[in-house]
Amino acid sequence: MRHSDLTTALTDRTAKTFLGILFGAVLIVALLNLLVPAESGLHVSSYTVSLLGKYLCYALLALALDLVWGYCGILSLGHGAFFALGGYAMGMYLMRQIGDRGVYGHPTLPDFMVFLNWEELPWYWHGFDSFGFAMLMVALVPGVLAFVFGWLAFRSRVTGVYLSIITQALTYALMLAFFRNELGFGGNNGLTDFKDILGFSLREDSTRVALLVASAVALGGAFVLSRWITGTRLGRTVMAVRDAESRARFLGYRTEHYKLWIFTVSAILAGIAGALYVPQVGIINPGEFSPLNSIELVVWVAVGGRATLYGAVIGAILVNYGKTVFTGVMPEAWLFALGGLFVAVTVFLPQGLVGLAKSLLKRKRQPDATDKEADHEPA
Amino acid sequence: MSLRDTFRRDQVFAPLRPGTRPVRPGQLDTGGKHILYMEDITVSFDGFKALNDLTLYIKPGELRCIIGPNGAGKSTLMDVITGKTRPDTGSCFFGQTMDLTRMTETEIATAGIGRKFQKPTVFPEHTALENLELAMAGPKGTWQALLQPVTGQQYDWMAQTLETVGLLAQKDQLAGALSHGQKQWLEIAMVLMQKPRLLLVDEPIAGMTRQEVERTAELLQSLAGEHSVMVVEHDMEFIRSIANTVTVLHQGSVLAEGKMQDVQNDPKVIEVYLGETG
Repeated sequence: MRHSDLTTALTDRTAKTFLGILFGAVLIVALLNLLVPAESGLHVSSYTVSLLGKYLCYALLALALDLVWGYCGILSLGHGAFFALGGYAMGMYLMRQIGDRGVYGHPTLPDFMVFLNWEELPWYWHGFDSFGFAMLMVALVPGVLAFVFGWLAFRSRVTGVYLSIITQALTYALMLAFFRNELGFGGNNGLTDFKDILGFSLREDSTRVALLVASAVALGGAFVLSRWITGTRLGRTVMAVRDAESRARFLGYRTEHYKLWIFTVSAILAGIAGALYVPQVGIINPGEFSPLNSIELVVWVAVGGRATLYGAVIGAILVNYGKTVFTGVMPEAWLFALGGLFVAVTVFLPQGLVGLAKSLLKRKRQPDATDKEADHEPA
Repeated sequence: MSLRDTFRRDQVFAPLRPGTRPVRPGQLDTGGKHILYMEDITVSFDGFKALNDLTLYIKPGELRCIIGPNGAGKSTLMDVITGKTRPDTGSCFFGQTMDLTRMTETEIATAGIGRKFQKPTVFPEHTALENLELAMAGPKGTWQALLQPVTGQQYDWMAQTLETVGLLAQKDQLAGALSHGQKQWLEIAMVLMQKPRLLLVDEPIAGMTRQEVERTAELLQSLAGEHSVMVVEHDMEFIRSIANTVTVLHQGSVLAEGKMQDVQNDPKVIEVYLGETG
């Protein structure tokens, strides 16, 4: 019986391989960006650094979804909402950092509030000038929303497609709300024109590399944390809830507590991903709440393969790389390609790329395994 | 007025008075002669009496078989014991103090009544050992599940239980890959991990091969003694091979009770049940 603790989750072979590849790649990119002169063919542009950082944030978001979907069977179609809320919390901090350097030069009010003739900062914007407070909100706001939402949904035993629909409704409702200027988050323009973070300019290469490293650390940390969680009795109970919820309930487990626990942890991870995403892309707007984003996220995890954690990461990076290439070549066809990809994966690769790789490896190792299994099958 | 009405159990013994809650989890008082007392139980669904004035006692360590034609009330009987169905009238006591009619399903399960359902519902994506881990009696909270690893003692207990049902060699196999019979045994092992004093087994040999049936008979007999075992089964030959005492249900009440040979020769029984099935 494996009950992993944090040490084993950090040092087993899968974790070592994952962390090795992740930090190795980030280190190479960082060095090629900072040390190799721009004229050299080996130089990695700052655009690429931020692009890679963005992929890592998406990977962290996909990992968060894999925790609830792959391990607990909760198909959340609204995980983009937690990502966007984390992003907005970070965006509010970055807006306050602008200070009087805005277009209107107001000492405290962000530009859009001056534009709307607001006299003073709304109460919920207070505190966001502190980085520590903002980081707390990055985790707390998505966490509390997921807790309250999950408590209501799981307690009423809303499951399956109904739960997917209400998570979708959640993110859609938030999108509509954030589009409104009156809410005080910049309306449809969102929050942008960021200058610096913790006093470092966001235009500097070193800051961009630091953000990339921070994203890698967050992704690596979340990977180890998730491996730890899924290796404990809690993780196995969560999987039991996925496979046979009523049976688990009959064994004396309060299954709604387990679902709520994993859903909340997942939402916090999604919030952290959003917070790291915003300074690297330089904007957060209500479009991030769009249901389409959450559905795309589901495709990443499906492509990579569910319930392996690294599968979600691989899927997120591959699909987004494909999106970057594809939207450059023929932007109008991307949505068709995405839809086609989802159909193809659902029909031909139910276990995703990781599942495909696993079954290929297995067939290579024991070519006659299928015959043997057939012999042992009881009549 | 009968003697029982005059000296009603719940008026003689203070903890049994209605309104008080005689549940003391983990405290099974088996001071009396029996471990399960069901008296004058009636359950009706829309006027149809699934159980009709049924009275049944189970001794500690007994292996009891319940037989009866379809609709005789066998499943309803199990449902009443496990708290899934509440009787309209009658009393149902576990030991001397626990009133099962006033306990929740979870309370009954933790008090020591385990039920193995007809259809095996193991967790297919977990190994046999992990299935037992999930079923193990103990704290079921999320934080405990995250932070408390399985102790060596608990591991030994799981391994021992797997050995009892003959699945120790398959401990790391996914439960979904086990054969039908093995799944049934794993299910019994899972019920055993809840430390039951009374084990309710619903049609254990449905769909089993001949060897598996023999193995199941041995298993159930080995469990009796330490546990009280109540088996509901259709298969007469199987019951003949394991039973000490047989209770025949018919139209919601006990038709006959006694040794297998006596029951088999009872003309009433032959008429309603044995005669029909041959």
